[in-house]
Amino acid sequence: MSAGPFQYARKTSMRVMFALTFVFLYTPIIVLVIFSFNNSRRGGNVIWRGFTTDYYAKAFANESLVEAFVNSIAIAVISTIFAVALGAMTAVLLWRWRFPLKPVYEGLVALPIVIPEICMGVSLAVFFSASGLTVPPEAPWPLNLGNIIAAHITFSFPFAAMVIRTRLQSFSPEMAEAARDLGASEYQVFRDILIPHMVPGLIAGALLAFTLSLDDFVITFFTSGPNTVTFPVKVYSMVRFSVTPEINAASTVLILMTLCLTFIAIRLQKPTEMTP
Amino acid sequence: MESWRRTLPAFAAFAGPTTLWLLVFFLVPLGIIWVYSFGENISLTEIRTTWTLSNYERIFEPEIVTLFWRTLRLAGAATIICLIVGYPVALVIATAEQKWKPWLLLIIMLPFWTNLLIRTYALLNILGARGRVNGVLEWFWTQGDALAGLLGMAGLFGERFTPVAFLGTESGVVIGLVYVHLPFAILPLYSALERLDRSYLEASMDLGAGQVRTFFLILVPLTSAGLITAAIITFIPALGSFLTPDLLGRGQVDMIANVIERQFKKANDWPFGSALSLFLLYVTFIILAIRALIDMQAAKGRRA
Repeated sequence: MSAGPFQYARKTSMRVMFALTFVFLYTPIIVLVIFSFNNSRRGGNVIWRGFTTDYYAKAFANESLVEAFVNSIAIAVISTIFAVALGAMTAVLLWRWRFPLKPVYEGLVALPIVIPEICMGVSLAVFFSASGLTVPPEAPWPLNLGNIIAAHITFSFPFAAMVIRTRLQSFSPEMAEAARDLGASEYQVFRDILIPHMVPGLIAGALLAFTLSLDDFVITFFTSGPNTVTFPVKVYSMVRFSVTPEINAASTVLILMTLCLTFIAIRLQKPTEMTP
Repeated sequence: MESWRRTLPAFAAFAGPTTLWLLVFFLVPLGIIWVYSFGENISLTEIRTTWTLSNYERIFEPEIVTLFWRTLRLAGAATIICLIVGYPVALVIATAEQKWKPWLLLIIMLPFWTNLLIRTYALLNILGARGRVNGVLEWFWTQGDALAGLLGMAGLFGERFTPVAFLGTESGVVIGLVYVHLPFAILPLYSALERLDRSYLEASMDLGAGQVRTFFLILVPLTSAGLITAAIITFIPALGSFLTPDLLGRGQVDMIANVIERQFKKANDWPFGSALSLFLLYVTFIILAIRALIDMQAAKGRRA
């Protein structure tokens, strides 16, 4: 091997390391997808007994699983809207103004990102119960998901703010000044100049908030009531109490959804900008 | 940047909602568990704040000290493995041809976009006594045994294949933590390597250092900031992991988060659970503070 000093990508040993990591990351997921088509009643993950799509039919016929799935999507959609709105406000605030204690405020906004999930889940659970802000489970859907939605907004809007703020750094304030000189109001400048410039950041922030919301288990686990269950919480209880091949099928559906979302993200922007 | 005073209404319109939200759904909840951590259970449902320190004293009981030690050890082991495995991977991506870079990065980040619970469950499936990993190990064992038989040394590897126990063991939990956090670790390593000025490496090679010396004496120190970020970004969430030890440790390898969960769900000891949560929070803050100190030192070093 006579690769140059910084041509590690051409070295066989490095390529083998990369390939092994790839195998490590993907084998469990690929095995899960393959065995979701396994015609086996119990366990279902050990011996291949022929191809079947029965467990997809069963997963879709499982009312509580479908309900949990619909809940998850509703929570993700609603919390993403709020998270992007709050995130955009935070980003503009930190980008545009000088104000006292600004570094403290910046730290405070970043805090939900670094705080351990379990601490946030526990504190929100205690808060809802102590403040009496618990939404009654018999409230009409999707209002009965209110507590979970509030929790999801709290942990995802700082991420959205971070992404949107990065986008704002490329905005030249002269454009806004020119508009003001030409008689545009504060609101018109925001609506017609700043927002259009932010759009790629808003989309990236929304995709991130949506994925974070769909992914969350721990915080939802603490803030969900017995009757308001999300997909991960439902799958968790299925894993704990009854190992059925249905979980493989349901998981594969969610993996497929994630793939679609990623595909959309790539189409909307360069993949290098997509990573959080 | 403008002064907040000059455009006060606009400033208030942007600052208001976020501040209010953080106050109500973030600071107040943390404040409540902080107060609870000094409280006592007086009945099943009632907690009275007596400003007792007994919940914090319980943290120093041998059982909980062991728990904290195990949590630090497992998260630390996972972090080190993530850095060792992630570094070459980041290096390959950073030095790949421009057109391949985004795709290689995507391949590594894609599992990170897949639901954490599903990934952990997928790993759980293949790590079992009759799972894929043991299947592969058994195949190697059978081949090795046949070979030993040919050489007249049958039984060299024991009477029969014994599956490796991953579930319910510390090694299983570490594998899980690495599996979940590896993409986290690779990203900062990649961005540090991507920004690196390659002429340093060429200079090192020109001056007669070999590949290995250049790697350890030039490349690794130059990317130390990325290594520290990667370590922190892996270690902090690993410390607070709940799902991985819960599913892969099977109740035998608890980490802090599992014990916190039990205080709130089964044991119904909210004050102690609050104290444990805050202790975990303080540990997180200490790590971040150390990192900030290192950054400040580095900045000072650059100015000098």
